[in-house]
Amino acid sequence: MTAIETNSIGKVKMTARDVRVFYGDNEAIHGVDLDVMENEVIAFIGPSGCGKSTFLRCLNRMNDTIDICRVTGSIKMDGRDIYDPSLDVVQLRAQVGMVFQKPNPFPKSIYENIAYGPRLHGLASRKSELDDVVESSLRRAGLWNEVKDRLDQPGTGLSGGQQQRLCIARSIAVSPDVILMDEPCSALDPIATSIIEELIDELKQNFTIVIVTHNMQQAARVSDRTAFFHLGDLIEIGATNEVFTNPINKRTEDYITGRYG
Amino acid sequence: MTDNKLSSTDKDVAVEPVLLSKTQQQVAASLARRHRQEKLFKGVGLGAVIISLTLVAILFVNIFAKGVPAFWQAHITLDIYFDPEVISISEKPVQGADETDNEFRQRFIEWQTEVGMVNFNRLILDGLNKVIPEAQERQYRRDAARIVTSGERYAVRDMVIENPEIIGQTKTVNLLTDANIDVWLKGNIDRSLPDSQQQLSPKVREWVEMLSAQGIIENRFSFALFMNPDSRSSPASAGLAGAFVGSLYMMLVVIFLAVPMGVAAAIYLEEFAPKNKFTDLVEVNINNLAAVPSIVFGLLGASVFIGWFKLPMSAPIVGGLVLSLMTLPTVIIATRSTLKAIPPSIRQAALGLGASKMQAVFHHVLPLAIPGILTGAIIGVAQALGETAPLLLIGMKSFVAQIPAGPFEQSTALPVQIYLWQGNELRNFFEARTSAAIIVLLALMLTLNGLAIWLRKKYEKRW
Repeated sequence: MTAIETNSIGKVKMTARDVRVFYGDNEAIHGVDLDVMENEVIAFIGPSGCGKSTFLRCLNRMNDTIDICRVTGSIKMDGRDIYDPSLDVVQLRAQVGMVFQKPNPFPKSIYENIAYGPRLHGLASRKSELDDVVESSLRRAGLWNEVKDRLDQPGTGLSGGQQQRLCIARSIAVSPDVILMDEPCSALDPIATSIIEELIDELKQNFTIVIVTHNMQQAARVSDRTAFFHLGDLIEIGATNEVFTNPINKRTEDYITGRYG
Repeated sequence: MTDNKLSSTDKDVAVEPVLLSKTQQQVAASLARRHRQEKLFKGVGLGAVIISLTLVAILFVNIFAKGVPAFWQAHITLDIYFDPEVISISEKPVQGADETDNEFRQRFIEWQTEVGMVNFNRLILDGLNKVIPEAQERQYRRDAARIVTSGERYAVRDMVIENPEIIGQTKTVNLLTDANIDVWLKGNIDRSLPDSQQQLSPKVREWVEMLSAQGIIENRFSFALFMNPDSRSSPASAGLAGAFVGSLYMMLVVIFLAVPMGVAAAIYLEEFAPKNKFTDLVEVNINNLAAVPSIVFGLLGASVFIGWFKLPMSAPIVGGLVLSLMTLPTVIIATRSTLKAIPPSIRQAALGLGASKMQAVFHHVLPLAIPGILTGAIIGVAQALGETAPLLLIGMKSFVAQIPAGPFEQSTALPVQIYLWQGNELRNFFEARTSAAIIVLLALMLTLNGLAIWLRKKYEKRW
């Protein structure tokens, strides 16, 4: 039942082949093949428990933090296997950033939130460089004008939407190639959501974005391609307008038209 | 309009109760029982709270009523002439330029011994004779010797050692009276008892009444209680200083041993250790260890630290080690539950940025956990401070008349001192002193708990 994307356009950034994920003895993802193109926005949709978030978390090996979780198959980034034991997971995560479902700024100042990543990886040697990184990251996340006068205030004091943009700015600050977003707007109101969606559209210029969403309109609005997951299988993947207007698979159609979800 | 509606509803219910459906009737029927149960539960809960508060209040009132008067003690003010004929000693040594520290110390100790040989009692009795001329008479000598407590001659000696220039001068000195005089003046002994059952002779009682009326003997704040070590020969000068310093050394051992070890173990178990059968076993055993009766730790300390490692008996180092073992599970459990309560989103945020696991824990999780860890550690230390049973088994219940100079010297501890004083045969003096010691211990505990609350409030951060 696995659909393989054939008419790929542009350069492939990440390739997943026959990826299976086990929680203990329970197989949660049953062999997914999928390519992520460079500088595209790809959306993963599907009903709850379909494995879209689990698959997303394979792409930066966040599943490593769960003891009972095991991943088989191959996931390559720029031709290199990210599960290769010689590859340091720290380096991978510096290349593949992540934004979580619930905004999770550190309980520190706005400045420290952004500066943490660059400092961790030694990306800025001087204070002025670090200041530049903080400013440019906040600018790219569209937050600079709102927070420039209160960089020393706690990041947790911002509104939910601002917090999420702070988290996006925080991951941009490390200059990753890919940004994974796990339902980034599910905890936000419609206005904050639309601001983030616009932001995703801009970020596409410089980053490859993989976004998991429950909101089908959102997938339709922001993504170039859409992948539909169901019960641990990748059912269908294709250009977003194709998937939404002319789905190949009956289950995709049923989900998109709201027959289940 | 609202009124209207209300009254009409009332009327409906009153006039046509039959309109209630069957389900509603069943609900109504069960209401009374449910309300009764709720009332009963509330009543029982309130009763429990009231009973426990009453008991605590009785305890506190009892301890304070008995203990607070012991912070003041009968003192006698005497003019003491430092008679050069009685104190015939050589010059106080001064360290020479070509003398090593050791040589000088040797010489100084010899001089101190020489001073110690002086009959300082003579000076005190001479001072006493000035206020009670009768005391010079031969038949009253024994009575006169009972006015000032025997330990005070060392206070007079120390004045000379401190400053030998007072020899030949007359100084007004405040001295502790005998414990029985304190008891008599405070009314802690029945004054109507016959002479044969009184602790003081009739003559001494007569003098005490007289001096008290003259204001020469008066109740003053008892610094002795805080500055002196325990004493048996001179109960009036028995103090808590030795036990306090012993407890302090033990707490230092606990703070520097149990707290870092416990926190490190908890961080490892919670954040790094794989979850498998072995770590489950470790966890179960830590919880079991917390439930082991403290006296068992005393046995362990006696056999391991004293029996195998040949550490000295009655020493705060051994007490500290035993209490560390006892406190360790408390610290581990408190730290683990604090770490568990830190939202995983903080760890994920750090890991997602490429922090290593250790960086995520030390940069983000620990700072948030600090208040909880400190609280747990302080509660553990406070618990150790009040622990008595294990100390009895490692010899810390022996009578020690010195303030320990280091953790390897013989010492006792505050709770053990309470136990020792409680058993002292001079009941009507030490009953009050025991309560005073309990107040001191309680004050220390409350201070520690207050510190824990303050630290938690200070470092508490929201996320």
